[in-house]
Amino acid sequence: MSQPSPSPFVASQLAAALPQSGVAWLDAARRENLDAFVAAGLPDARTEAWKYTALRALAQRSYAAGDAQARAVDPAALALPGVAGPRLVFVNGVYRADLSRADALPAGVSLQPLARALRTEAEPLRFALARRYREDGDAFARLNAALAADGAVLRVAPGAAPAQPVHLVFVGAPAEGDVAWHVRNVVELGEGAALTLVEHHLASGAQAHFATLAADFVLRDGARLRQLTVQDAAEGATLVRHTGLQLGARAAARLHVLELGGSLVRHDLRALLAGDGARLDTRGVFALRGRQHADTQMAIRHQARGTASDSVWRGVADQRARGVFRGAIVVAPGADGSDAALSNKNLLLSAQAEIDTKPELEIYADEVKAAHGATVGQLDERALFYLRSRGIPQAQARAMLTVAFCEAVLADLDLPALREHLAALLAARLPGGAA
Amino acid sequence: MLKIENLHARVEGKDILKGLTLAVNAGEVHAIMGPNGAGKSTLGNVLAGREGYEVTAGSVTFDGVDLLALEPEERAAAGVFLAFQYPVEIPGVNNTYFLRAALNAQRKARGEPELDSMQFLKLVREKLKVMRISDELLHRAVNEGFSGGEKKRNEIFQMAVLEPKLAILDETDSGLDIDALKQVAEGVNALRSPERSFLVVTHYQRLLDYIVPDFVHVLADGRIVESGDKSLALKLEAHGYAWVAEHGEPAGAGA
Ligand SMILES: Nc1ncnc2c1ncn2[C@@H]1O[C@H](COP(=O)(O)OP(=O)(O)OP(=O)(O)O)[C@@H](O)[C@H]1O
Ligand SMILES: [Mg+2]
Repeated sequence: MSQPSPSPFVASQLAAALPQSGVAWLDAARRENLDAFVAAGLPDARTEAWKYTALRALAQRSYAAGDAQARAVDPAALALPGVAGPRLVFVNGVYRADLSRADALPAGVSLQPLARALRTEAEPLRFALARRYREDGDAFARLNAALAADGAVLRVAPGAAPAQPVHLVFVGAPAEGDVAWHVRNVVELGEGAALTLVEHHLASGAQAHFATLAADFVLRDGARLRQLTVQDAAEGATLVRHTGLQLGARAAARLHVLELGGSLVRHDLRALLAGDGARLDTRGVFALRGRQHADTQMAIRHQARGTASDSVWRGVADQRARGVFRGAIVVAPGADGSDAALSNKNLLLSAQAEIDTKPELEIYADEVKAAHGATVGQLDERALFYLRSRGIPQAQARAMLTVAFCEAVLADLDLPALREHLAALLAARLPGGAA
Repeated sequence: MLKIENLHARVEGKDILKGLTLAVNAGEVHAIMGPNGAGKSTLGNVLAGREGYEVTAGSVTFDGVDLLALEPEERAAAGVFLAFQYPVEIPGVNNTYFLRAALNAQRKARGEPELDSMQFLKLVREKLKVMRISDELLHRAVNEGFSGGEKKRNEIFQMAVLEPKLAILDETDSGLDIDALKQVAEGVNALRSPERSFLVVTHYQRLLDYIVPDFVHVLADGRIVESGDKSLALKLEAHGYAWVAEHGEPAGAGA
């Protein structure tokens, strides 16, 4: 039986030369992942995880493999207030030493581009990179595993706690055509280590690139991670991210995710609370307009006793935008005394906008405290009238209420300068804002 | 200043105001009393421009302009203020930020310079003193978690800052303890001036001991059915609204 011919998208990715590392296990894993990707193709609506995000249009597009040119990027555009520590910058997926700040690292921090780490010492990366993605629907994880040649490798030694956030920047830069690029991050926090990490996606100009990013975080016992994602990709860009977190005993991670840019954006966030007393807090928001489509799939697994997760997500969609949120929390057998809370509220600002939300909670353990709720609604007419009756014009009143709706997402970010900046950025992207 | 003539208004297909006529001159305080469901809050909402309140006949002019043609924010900038019977909680919007945005929006609409945060703070401090409001309330979200009495005081505080020409107080006295009632009344009295008028909706004569009205009207079944001076409130207190039905005759009230 002959295979159906691959879609233009798959064909264009197939044309990419597999990165050659010279490391046998890695090259084999890349080959296997590419074969698996090609064999399965892109998922369609029959795959549960892609029910609300259609890939038909993407399947018809083709992208050049990577960007051979070093594009000019204004370093000032990368800056974030209160983020002045080590920085790695990737432009169209290519590491840029000229824009990065990776010398003079704080004590206990090791940070280098993946390609260099593989050249010097590949073995410690074997566990993270030798994975074969076979799960249904993980086409982009396979593609990333096959084609990502670079990314960030970050390790914080046990007990180390660098004062400054580490800044990972991914810039989409205009090229001659649309480019596909893939990056892979590996982050490990040793026992009792503490780190703030900023994952920052932005564009240096209009383009419609396709990118994947896969990031694995391992937090050893008692480690603490604060992770911020600022996704401000180009209006036409497609961005698919996989974030995986594994938390050891008493480890704590606090995530803040701002989805602002992009045309088609998908984020798979999977967390495993593997050690007793591990804690995960997630805060996220998407602010969509035009024909933007954002899909966040969060899966949290409580695997150990006394683990806690608290998730607060907000979605705002205007015009013809479409948002999807799935929050699946499993409290596994034996994860007794765990605590899982999920709140997902969504705001539709136009009759053509759409948001689908699906909270799922499965509990197989004892003495579990769990609460979850999801809503999709419109602005409160009573509040709107109250503001207008005080003299605030309609558009401004709507903007104020929309910003207020998202307030819970950044409220507990304890980096004041950054919080203020991000709140302003978010407000500007919400309808009625400046941008 | 305010001229309401033969006003008919409908909510959700139901006729509520049925030919209401009332004139309020600058500097006057008019009290409006009347049974539950008579249409008092509806009148306030229609004057403030709330959506869903359809005017089917009649007219309202304010300082000579057609009030009903203006958006709610334009009415506010023109000097109309409604103290809500049920002030709305707005989580996530800071009270001070909200009030400054409101004041500056009104000033901008009137072509007056906006206040910077220092000037605004100075104004707020002055008004706080008069209103005896804890400034802790200013740092919270608008009305969020406020007690019933705190919400009412916050309405009067907003009025003090915004300095409207016409203030409609919809049962601002309901839910206030005796001390708060006096403070709110003092706040209102402090704002009384020859240029400023008040429409005070209340169920209780006691408020009118503190805010002494020039006129008292009874609103029943969507109309003003009786008007008089402050002694009318005392009669109502003694005899109830049934007494009006027997003795009163529909009156196109006003001065
Ligand atoms: N939004 C609305 N939808 C449906 N009915 C309404 C609405 N607003 C007012 N009404 C009806 O209009 C009538 C008048 O209501 P209104 O609130 O004006 O009365 P009121 O005189 O202020 O009464 P109270 O003294 O109880 O405050 C009532 O029968 C009320 O149920
Ligand atoms: Mg009422």
